[in-house]
Amino acid sequence: MSRLTSGLAPQSPEFTANAQRMDGLIREFAELAEKTMQGGDEKSRARHVSRGKLLPRDRVAALLDPGSAFLELGLFAAHGVYDSDIPAAGVIGGIGRVSGRDCMILCNDATVKGGTYYPLTVKKHLRAQEIAEENRLPCIYLVDSGGANLPNQDEVFPDRDHFGRIFYNQARMSAKGITQIAVVMGSCTAGGAYVPAMSDQTIIVKEQGTIFLAGPPLVKAATGEVVDAETLGGGDTHTRLSGVADYLAENDAHALALARQIVANLGHAPAPAIPLRDAVPPRLDPAELPGIIPSDAKNPFDIREIIGRIVDGSDFEEFKERFGTTLVCGFAHIDGIPVGIIGNNGVLFSESSQKGAHFIELCCQRKTPLLFLQNITGFMVGSKYEAGGIARDGAKLVAAVSTAAVPKVTVIVGGSFGAGNYGMCGRAFGPRFLWMWPNARISVMGGEQAANVLATVRRSAIEGRGGTWDNAEEAAFKQPVLDQFEAQSHPLYSSARLWDDGIIDPRSTRDVVALSLRAALNAPIEDTRFGVFRM
Amino acid sequence: MFTKILIANRGEIACRVIDTARRMGIATVAVYSDADACARHRNLADQAVHIGPAPAAESYLQDARIIEAALATGAQAIHPGYGFLSENPDFVQAVEAAGLVFIGPSVASIRAMGLKDAAKALMADAGVPVVPGYHGPRQEADFLAAEAAKIGYPVLIKARAGGGGKGMRLVEDPADFLAALEGAQREGRASFGDGAVLIEKYITTPRHIEVQVFGDRHGNVVHLYERDCSLQRRHQKVIEEAPAPDMPPAVRAAMTDAALKAARAVGYYNAGTIEFIADGSGPLRPDGFWFMEMNTRLQVEHPVTEAVTGLDLVEWQLRVAAGQALPLTQDQIALNGHAFEARIYAEDPAKGFLPAPGPLLHVAFAASARVDTGVRSGDQISPHYDPMIAKLTSHAATRDQALSQLHRALGQTHIAGTATNLRFLQALCIDADFAAGRMDTGLIARKQDTLTRSTPPDAAAILFAALTALNVDPAQPRLGFRLWGAARQTVELIHAGQTMTRGLELVPGLLTLTDGTSRAEFEAVARAGDRMQARHQGRNLNAQVVRVGDTISVLLDGRSDDFTLVDHLEIERAGAAAENRITAPMTGLVRAVAVQPGAKVGKGDLIVVLEAMKMEHSLRAAADGMIEAVHCAAGDNVSDGALLVEFTPDNADG
Repeated sequence: MSRLTSGLAPQSPEFTANAQRMDGLIREFAELAEKTMQGGDEKSRARHVSRGKLLPRDRVAALLDPGSAFLELGLFAAHGVYDSDIPAAGVIGGIGRVSGRDCMILCNDATVKGGTYYPLTVKKHLRAQEIAEENRLPCIYLVDSGGANLPNQDEVFPDRDHFGRIFYNQARMSAKGITQIAVVMGSCTAGGAYVPAMSDQTIIVKEQGTIFLAGPPLVKAATGEVVDAETLGGGDTHTRLSGVADYLAENDAHALALARQIVANLGHAPAPAIPLRDAVPPRLDPAELPGIIPSDAKNPFDIREIIGRIVDGSDFEEFKERFGTTLVCGFAHIDGIPVGIIGNNGVLFSESSQKGAHFIELCCQRKTPLLFLQNITGFMVGSKYEAGGIARDGAKLVAAVSTAAVPKVTVIVGGSFGAGNYGMCGRAFGPRFLWMWPNARISVMGGEQAANVLATVRRSAIEGRGGTWDNAEEAAFKQPVLDQFEAQSHPLYSSARLWDDGIIDPRSTRDVVALSLRAALNAPIEDTRFGVFRM
Repeated sequence: MFTKILIANRGEIACRVIDTARRMGIATVAVYSDADACARHRNLADQAVHIGPAPAAESYLQDARIIEAALATGAQAIHPGYGFLSENPDFVQAVEAAGLVFIGPSVASIRAMGLKDAAKALMADAGVPVVPGYHGPRQEADFLAAEAAKIGYPVLIKARAGGGGKGMRLVEDPADFLAALEGAQREGRASFGDGAVLIEKYITTPRHIEVQVFGDRHGNVVHLYERDCSLQRRHQKVIEEAPAPDMPPAVRAAMTDAALKAARAVGYYNAGTIEFIADGSGPLRPDGFWFMEMNTRLQVEHPVTEAVTGLDLVEWQLRVAAGQALPLTQDQIALNGHAFEARIYAEDPAKGFLPAPGPLLHVAFAASARVDTGVRSGDQISPHYDPMIAKLTSHAATRDQALSQLHRALGQTHIAGTATNLRFLQALCIDADFAAGRMDTGLIARKQDTLTRSTPPDAAAILFAALTALNVDPAQPRLGFRLWGAARQTVELIHAGQTMTRGLELVPGLLTLTDGTSRAEFEAVARAGDRMQARHQGRNLNAQVVRVGDTISVLLDGRSDDFTLVDHLEIERAGAAAENRITAPMTGLVRAVAVQPGAKVGKGDLIVVLEAMKMEHSLRAAADGMIEAVHCAAGDNVSDGALLVEFTPDNADG
């Protein structure tokens, strides 16, 4: 196999400047992550702990196999979206190993607005369930939530992808044999009561967890019955009388140990659908990844510099190296898992699109998972290319990406603009996971292009009326557009809205992709059936 | 020479005798009790005979059965080891009456030295210096008090037939004399069936120095130099050495001469030890030591003499017993270097040296010292016998070297599963007074608090135990991987009966242990088999870490600690045990009520018998506790869930 070599000069001022810029971004995100992972404010956390409850992150840690990886999803969800701070959208989600099994873990954070569901909390919960369903991961819900956030009920309750979908998903997953386990460690009121009720097996913590359709105040208002919460829906009631819960736990630690025991008794994890190799670290140093991305996004870089630093042994069998060179395609292994890699080295032309579609066909035929490394400004424009059928060839690539049944993982390492996002397996094309680097940008087109388009239209209108538009006026007109695009294309803006699954440290890319693929291999790989390609 | 001998003992001494016999081409027969069915000595011997249940009185003290075993297996001689029947003249007589050879001294010698007062009188007559005291037959309290006053306080009251510190009382104030006398008499009666006592002057800074002697049946008697056994705890020897430190040649000459006189006075043959008490308040003096007693057997601490003389004392015992002359004459026996022996016990210094019988989950010794042991990994320390695990003997050119060698060997000894006195022995090795040779039999008692001070285990030991308990391989790929920040978790370990809670942060290459106030960072943490290593503050740490069942034992920097991981599933059982109501599981008829209010019940005890659906259901106590109230009687019809009995479990949290 061909071994990639590097053209980087780690001593050069250019590399140093690139690395410094990226390190600065990494630091910013690391600080924001630490703050976000604290959850609610100090007062809420102190109150939570004073009740003998473990903090949400401690719950997750106690549930996971010690020392194992946790692939967290949507850490920056809801960041800056609501009037008040809702760290991680009030729910911790991620894939972790429990008793040797990859599981989807969802843990309400009661220190954040009582663990109530904001619209993005619902979106994150549903996204986690979607991942669990696609990859056949047992789900463990650590429930401690007041249910729907009432002031936001219109965006939480009624629509298809709202609160009710959680229970729909539970029922559907259970039907597919994807285990649903609930651990009730706090409130679980009204609609929320269905999380444990819809689970295959449910644990409840004594004198701490409660499950009821209506709490004591509502009961009193409705029927006049006066009853305390523990009698109405506590652990004793539900494990002895109602049967809503199956296991009574003494405390959080005991409850989590019981959950681990349940998973341990699920039987063996499914064997991966494809043969794996022993993992080999890359020969090129992943620590150099931050120095690859030029400080000025207009400067191109060779995607192979990234590939060489994330694949096993830096070995990469490049496909059609001499054809359609703006799209780099080839076979490699990541952490021993075979993978077909598609990365951008410039705009997409007809040839590069055809090559991409061809390569996807190969991977689907062989059940090789696909990794998309996005750094794309779009498809080539202009009369020559339109006439040459760039839309036709682009459609081939988009169709192949859409219908490929192998696991797809996308990492946006640079720009993700326009139809390039589609051809390179953007969010709408159902990658099992989508990750972003801190320098990434995502929007329908670049901010400057958008401003120029709008300015050109404006200028023709003004000049058509015989008016004049000087440069200063044009600049003032363009600035708000530039500002809007800069803000909205920022990875944090994307992550806050769950357009991606998370922002990652570039140096972790290999680990993140490996964990994503390992999670994906819990599900069998179906045969691909492509549609009609526009030839 | 014999072709087959029987060893009427167990443990390390039985193994040690078997070793020499084997080297000499002599077949061996072991005896064993129920408790020793899988013991090392039993497996080591060529043949083994079961002699009874675990209690020594029903097995290792059963002289008739042991003699029978020797006859049945065709052994020609019996080696008694030490303890048990080794100094029992009746046994020796019976052995000889059965036509067998006793590998030890004559009945007469044993008898002569067996009663301490008579022995002292005999020695005094032979010109051996004895401690001033009353060794006569009169036992009236007033008379003895008057004798004590004559001797001069402080005095020691000793049971006449005593040994091993039993029936012994120190009296410093005449006002305490009568109470102490009663105590000594009571213990003497209880332990030896003889309440008679003797009274001696008490030496305030005593050193215990003893001389090894050996005689044959041809009238030859030699000495094998002295041993200093001054490090004692409650009259039990802890660390012994040979020769005695700072022993002037003149004193050695006087002492060995006195020992030979003593041996000759009783026509002694085979191995014996003359114990002297020496005045340690200043340099040893030729007139500053007195005869205490003679042990007519091989001593526990004989290996230090073997080390400095290069001789095998068991071999000499066998030769003498077979009628041969001593292999060497006095001037052929040289003293070479210095040796120490430490006795490793299953006992807990933190709990007043309480014996700690139990499983030895893991036993591993240093290769650098002589090891005498009767146990292996997986053996039990039985509550029926002396809880000794092993003896370590070091030997080097100088005392300093031998002592530091012993210290190292103790630090490389890894014993898991039971408390041991290892750390106490190590503390002794580095005690400034002991290292300088300034010791007397009161040293340990004076410094006990310092010597037994317990310190919490090292953070590295906790880290290694935690990683092992949690099955974390520090080299595993993506150790504790997180998108951002470090993987943090809590570890709860039980150590010495206490739960310790620590935070653990895992980042590949950097593991951090936190305890709320401090952080300890470890780099390059790695495991290779039973070894774990790490770098902490620039220092490289190497540990031995073994896991047996739920116990993880870490040997690090000469210290071993046992840990177990808190199992939160155990809480469930504890929680169930705390259930303080017994209710009817279904509607039925109460057939019987086995308890009354106030009754103490044990876990599993029958409380109520309920008949329902043609079946009898026994309702039992879920924990030890006391019955608070009984709400039913035989013949009652009770409905499902009816409260039948309330009880309070022991250790209830209120």
